[in-house]
Amino acid sequence: MIKVNQLAVTFNRGTPMETPAMRGIDLNVPEGDFVTVIGSNGAGKSTFLNALAGELRPDSGTILIDDQDVTSWPTAKRAGLVARVFQDPLGGSCADLTIEENLALANARGKRRSLGGSVGRSLRETFKAKIAHLNLGLENRLGDRMDLLSGGQRQAVSLLMAAMQPMKILLLDEHTAALDPKTAAFVLNLTREIVTERNLTTVMVTHSMRQALEIGNRTVMLHEGRVVLDVRDQERDGLQIEDLLHMFERVRGSQLDDDALLLS
Amino acid sequence: MSTFALLGAVEVGLLFALVALGVYLSFRVLQFPDLTVDGSFPLGAAVCASLIVTGVNPYLATLAAALAGACAGMVTAWLNVRLKILHLLASILTMIALYSINLRIMGRPNVALLGETTVFSPLDALDLPTYVALPIALAVLVVVVKLALDWFLNSEVGLAMRATGVNPRMARAQGINTEHYILGGMALSNALVALAGALFAQSQGAADVTLGVGVIVVGLAAVIGGEAIMNTRAVWRATLACIIGSIIYRLAVAAALNTDMLGLKAQDLNLITAVLVTLAMVLPGVRMPFRSKTKGASGT
Repeated sequence: MIKVNQLAVTFNRGTPMETPAMRGIDLNVPEGDFVTVIGSNGAGKSTFLNALAGELRPDSGTILIDDQDVTSWPTAKRAGLVARVFQDPLGGSCADLTIEENLALANARGKRRSLGGSVGRSLRETFKAKIAHLNLGLENRLGDRMDLLSGGQRQAVSLLMAAMQPMKILLLDEHTAALDPKTAAFVLNLTREIVTERNLTTVMVTHSMRQALEIGNRTVMLHEGRVVLDVRDQERDGLQIEDLLHMFERVRGSQLDDDALLLS
Repeated sequence: MSTFALLGAVEVGLLFALVALGVYLSFRVLQFPDLTVDGSFPLGAAVCASLIVTGVNPYLATLAAALAGACAGMVTAWLNVRLKILHLLASILTMIALYSINLRIMGRPNVALLGETTVFSPLDALDLPTYVALPIALAVLVVVVKLALDWFLNSEVGLAMRATGVNPRMARAQGINTEHYILGGMALSNALVALAGALFAQSQGAADVTLGVGVIVVGLAAVIGGEAIMNTRAVWRATLACIIGSIIYRLAVAAALNTDMLGLKAQDLNLITAVLVTLAMVLPGVRMPFRSKTKGASGT
């Protein structure tokens, strides 16, 4: 479903602040895979997700989604294939618009927008039924502005918005990082439900190793802009956070050795 | 204040309500601070007046003025989204360029429309004095434009335009080409402003290259003033606030100028405007603490 080939990008190229964020990432995600991506700060997780979403044009390498080369497509053009939930609870919705207007925006994702009314009666009923599913009591608050909701409620609605229209891949950008533990667990459960129900191909960035092993069927670790670990299914099932930490240390260690070799 | 002065203030207030609606589109909906307005208002007047004196049908001339305004808005938007020039600076560049362009269009600093047939000429057939008929005709037009704008902003396209202003990254993720929406929104905004300019020239009987000075501040005064006096959460309320704000602004100016006590004269207009806008901007801030107290806290 997703084929990433030798993806590389460098920020501030040619300046003293030159930072290679991705140094040739290769990743092949077959349909139905739920990949969690971990890595330390600056490992390239967010850059990788932004490249998949289209917010960032890579310097080199290609991205194929559903066998289409989307490398040069801007975000809006990819929206028919890609749905995304942001880390910032305010990022995935429009605070100034009502809940139903936000849902209507998402409902038109990947479709041609018309000059007809955005929220008709039948659409409102559909929204009501879908949002009632969240069990947050939001079904009677469709006309409320989005900024009246709590962070957890917003992320739940963002998930609902992402799942509103068919998509090829779902991108989750540390979408529980800004929430308290209880709310985070609720949003994570909801994520699991939606992904399983629709058998979505999903890439989720997280900085919680526990979360990375808990959810999905595959975990990829990025380090200094490269994939350094890729475990899936049975191989991953027995893994503990400690194992992951050891692998992480080992990777870091060997990386240092490599540098040492290069320098000598 | 005499009835004549009062109706005069309402008439100009209604004309500038169109400017206010345009400014609402750029400043509030797209969150694009746009000073092009100071150029597109006289552009509308110049295009319309120049065409009318060469014998073009006044309705066509007015339409051409609106289209010219749309082009000016698109130039500003293009400078911003394509050439990545800061929005404020992009609009100043267009505004400055329009000063020369307006002089070129008219061929001289002003064009008189005395004795020409204008879109307001049919009003002469009515059994009403012009100073009464004109505000009524303008009120009808402004209400029609307001309703059309309400309908547009609540359509799928309009909703996408609002999302572009509020949260462009989210809008892109929902498949909204934000660049196109900024171009379209700025075109619509400046078309409204140029339409106001064209109607202003026709009602005042002349187009002048200096008409544009301070138009943006007057438009802003209407938008911010309207927001200060009423709740503008829903789109129809926000557009209504623009119209009410514009009329109240004109009435306030007329009252200030007509009260001999204060010793204010016409040359003090810009100073009064600046003071009024400042007051209007401070007002919501004064009301803020009361608002947040009544807002209910929501848990998960």
